[in-house]
Amino acid sequence: MDYFFELFLGGMTRGSIYALIALGYTMVYGIIGLINFAHGEIYMIGAFTALIIASVLAVAGMPDFAILALATLAAIVYSAAYGFTIEKIAYRPLRSAPRLSPLISAIGMSIFLQNYVLLAQTSDFMPFPSLIPDFTFMEPYAHIIGSSEIVIFGVTALAMAFLTVLIKFTRIGKAMRATAQDQKMAMLVGININKIISVTFVIGSSLAALGGVLIASYIGQINFYIGFIAGIKAFTGAVLGGIGSIPGAVLGSFILGWTESFATGYISSDYEDVFAFSLLVLILIFRPAGILGRTESKKV
Amino acid sequence: MAGLLEVKQLSMDFGGLRALDRIDLQVNKAEIVALIGPNGAGKSTFFNCLTGIYVPSSGDIYFSRSLNREKERLNGLKPDKITRKGLARTFQNIRLFSQMTVLENVMIGRHCRTKTGIAGAVLQGRSSRLEEKQIVDDSYDILIKVGLENMVNDLAENLPYGAQRRLEIARALATEPALLLLDEPAAGMNPRETTELNELITMIRDQGAAILLIEHDMKLVMNLSDRIYVMDYGKKIAEGNAAEIRHNKLVIRAYLGEEFDA
Amino acid sequence: MPGFSEIKKAFLVSLWFIFLTFPLMVIRINPYENLVSYRWANLFLVGGATFFLSLLSDFYQLKKKETALNNIARPRPKFHLHSRFKRPLAALGGLLIILFPFFFSSYQVNIMTTALIYVVLGLGLNIVVGLAGLLDLGYVAFYAVGAYSYALLNYHFGLGFWTVLPVGAGLGALFGILLGFPVLRLRGDYLAIVTLGFGEIIRLILENWNEFSFGPGGIADIPRPSFFGLQMSLTVSTIYVYFLMIAFTFFTVFVVNRLQNSRIGRAWVALREDEIACQAMGIDKTRTKLTAFALGATWAGMMGVMFAAKTTFINPASFTFLESAIILSIVVLGGMGSIAGVIIAALILILLPEYFRAFADYRMLLFGATMVLMMIFRPQGIFPGHRQIYRFSPERGVEK
Ligand SMILES: Nc1ncnc2c1ncn2[C@@H]1O[C@H](COP(=O)(O)OP(=O)(O)OP(=O)(O)O)[C@@H](O)[C@H]1O
Ligand SMILES: [Mg+2]
Repeated sequence: MDYFFELFLGGMTRGSIYALIALGYTMVYGIIGLINFAHGEIYMIGAFTALIIASVLAVAGMPDFAILALATLAAIVYSAAYGFTIEKIAYRPLRSAPRLSPLISAIGMSIFLQNYVLLAQTSDFMPFPSLIPDFTFMEPYAHIIGSSEIVIFGVTALAMAFLTVLIKFTRIGKAMRATAQDQKMAMLVGININKIISVTFVIGSSLAALGGVLIASYIGQINFYIGFIAGIKAFTGAVLGGIGSIPGAVLGSFILGWTESFATGYISSDYEDVFAFSLLVLILIFRPAGILGRTESKKV
Repeated sequence: MAGLLEVKQLSMDFGGLRALDRIDLQVNKAEIVALIGPNGAGKSTFFNCLTGIYVPSSGDIYFSRSLNREKERLNGLKPDKITRKGLARTFQNIRLFSQMTVLENVMIGRHCRTKTGIAGAVLQGRSSRLEEKQIVDDSYDILIKVGLENMVNDLAENLPYGAQRRLEIARALATEPALLLLDEPAAGMNPRETTELNELITMIRDQGAAILLIEHDMKLVMNLSDRIYVMDYGKKIAEGNAAEIRHNKLVIRAYLGEEFDA
Repeated sequence: MPGFSEIKKAFLVSLWFIFLTFPLMVIRINPYENLVSYRWANLFLVGGATFFLSLLSDFYQLKKKETALNNIARPRPKFHLHSRFKRPLAALGGLLIILFPFFFSSYQVNIMTTALIYVVLGLGLNIVVGLAGLLDLGYVAFYAVGAYSYALLNYHFGLGFWTVLPVGAGLGALFGILLGFPVLRLRGDYLAIVTLGFGEIIRLILENWNEFSFGPGGIADIPRPSFFGLQMSLTVSTIYVYFLMIAFTFFTVFVVNRLQNSRIGRAWVALREDEIACQAMGIDKTRTKLTAFALGATWAGMMGVMFAAKTTFINPASFTFLESAIILSIVVLGGMGSIAGVIIAALILILLPEYFRAFADYRMLLFGATMVLMMIFRPQGIFPGHRQIYRFSPERGVEK
């Protein structure tokens, strides 16, 4: 039972991180119909920026909580800036191009960013300081659940709530929904589509940065390649839940997290990634619309 | 009278929207039948159900390419299977292969009546070379028929609008249909082009194919059609020859709207 | 000459990129000793480079607009090689190809053989991506199937290169059909992801299923291709493999060329343009796609056998996603559907990093950038494909 619970928590932790990344995929897909292949790299860049800023601040002798706050902030700012720039350079010129062109551009961007970080920094794994402190009030429960896990769950829940409110109740959220439904009509009623799409990338990238900082601090090391695998897995979560759907992205990510956790725990840890990829292939074959997605028939 | 095409109680639902509601329709040999109705009535949806692009929610579609043969049920077949059985169509929003030439577009139409496979293509034996030549010749003949022979080598996307519509017809003819479905073939045509279209459709009928036509140009419809079906909000509201339809109360109301009552 | 507004824009762009790249490019950390150093030179490098690139991109866009305007007035004449020169040039090319291995070292010949393998892989993927428009991101999986077929069949049963070559091709095709059948009805972008997932699954299985594939250590001592049982020295064998690859390349060009100008090839191109119209023309979508997919896989399988025989050692690391990405960037750079383009692109992308060592480190960076830039500035590739367009004149019948 203890082992089961441990796996359950592990799966939930993974699921939370996947969810933070998956939201970016799902938002971008919902709005411009593009699988933003470089999204995983944005998450990786977030983690790297946090590491670099944290190191600089640590050398400067800042207190721990300030390091945590500033490094996280820097990660969010930088990931958002990268997301914004990538959309502008690599996707915007291709908005009216054949469907595969922006996808190829995104794949190119992903490879470019991986190697950019590799060349600018290093190909080795870098140790990542555990930024999240062990709370004293958590001590009695430490054998069940760690402080990091609590923080990860909390941040994910907050992010989710923030996003829901943003999309359901704000002006910009309304404009995003309109743009997602019909770009031409949205333009006609005076919505600045370019701005809305940029905002979507910025929000998605910020969430990915949060995920990057949390997981890096939880696992304790990062390298330039972490974005690729995490990206595909988060994408799997998004598709599993129904791409384009925000609750779907969260649900799918948790299911994926638990699947991975239980499969590696009870079957074999050698095939960790195989489980995720198989799940991806199977959903796309049998239910490409995902759990919460709708199958839509194209108008002819 | 035995029909080539018999549609019984055909319905189509999109989520909550009933786009087709228990439609009955029949097309006989060498007949020109029109399907008319206001925008959004469900006419194109009806074509999409017949040609397998949508799978109808309920009802039956029976078709046979000649009267001597037993009719087959088409529901649920893939679009390409249906075309092979002798039911070809054009699209309301022109869907040509825009980066291919006029001739190549028609050659694609010959695909389902020819058979060279990979081995034939690579080895280019006698039969595959002959077949390829035959495809070109047949396609050219069809282009003469629709009057596009002067543009054989142009890219489809460079054609004027009316010519594109005729190329769609040519491409559909290349599949040797027994029943040809035309979705608003005169849309965007000038009066001269429309007259030519009128002649073309009559000629296709005279050569033995039946035609089911969706059209908003009432003059063309009244001129051409042996029989007319009228749809509104997914329902069939009238059926008859031109004179009958012209004076049908329901039809007039459907076209002029509710204020006609008041 | 760039005007003030362009310079101002370029300046702002470069400031933005300095900001963007600052932490990653300038700061260097050593987490083990708590050291931080700053590489200020990089800051100026980024600033200068982006300033210059911004001007260049403005200039390019201006020129593109101008040529677009000019082109309305007069269509650009196509470059045509005068037929008088064609034969001598072909003869010269042939001579160079034949003499090459006798004037260069084994090392050079080996590199050229590798490049030729990529040429053929590019041509194979070109059938799938370029002609049929199916983005296959797991192409390398079929390459792996071919390579492991030879390595394992040879290890367990002692089968030789020429026996396994058709087997590898067949297994490639079989895997192509098995994967293609369920996934080819998916939309283009989902297809890309599924094939990527499949490619990774194959690699991970090869890496972890030690009893079957000998794990990450791979398989060594795979015999080179034989020539009627003749004993060959390493040098001779290298040259022999080179000529085999030349033959393969010609064979592939021949087949792809004939296919793309056939009934099937036309159907592929039409399918790429409009699936629904294609189906309405009576073309069986799934079957036509499957043909292209399986054919591409067949070629990858064949090259896998060749690769194993050439390097005599294989392990799963040769079959990562990046390998698929390299082959894809060859197709993208060359121009989708263009045989000549793919050949030139493969030679550029594979040979350049080999001969200019400075490039080697930046290889993958350049591949990534190539894909983005080509999509934006020249989606038709460096050497756009000329599918044979059917010209028809009633008196003379078809002219090709
Ligand atoms: N794939 C689809 N999904 C959802 N609704 C659809 C779909 N296709 C058609 N509809 C709806 O079905 C109804 C009928 O549409 P249809 O295109 O058949 O009309 P139509 O009679 O051809 O009109 P028009 O004369 O404007 O071409 C419309 O309300 C349309 O919005
Ligand atoms: Mg319609």
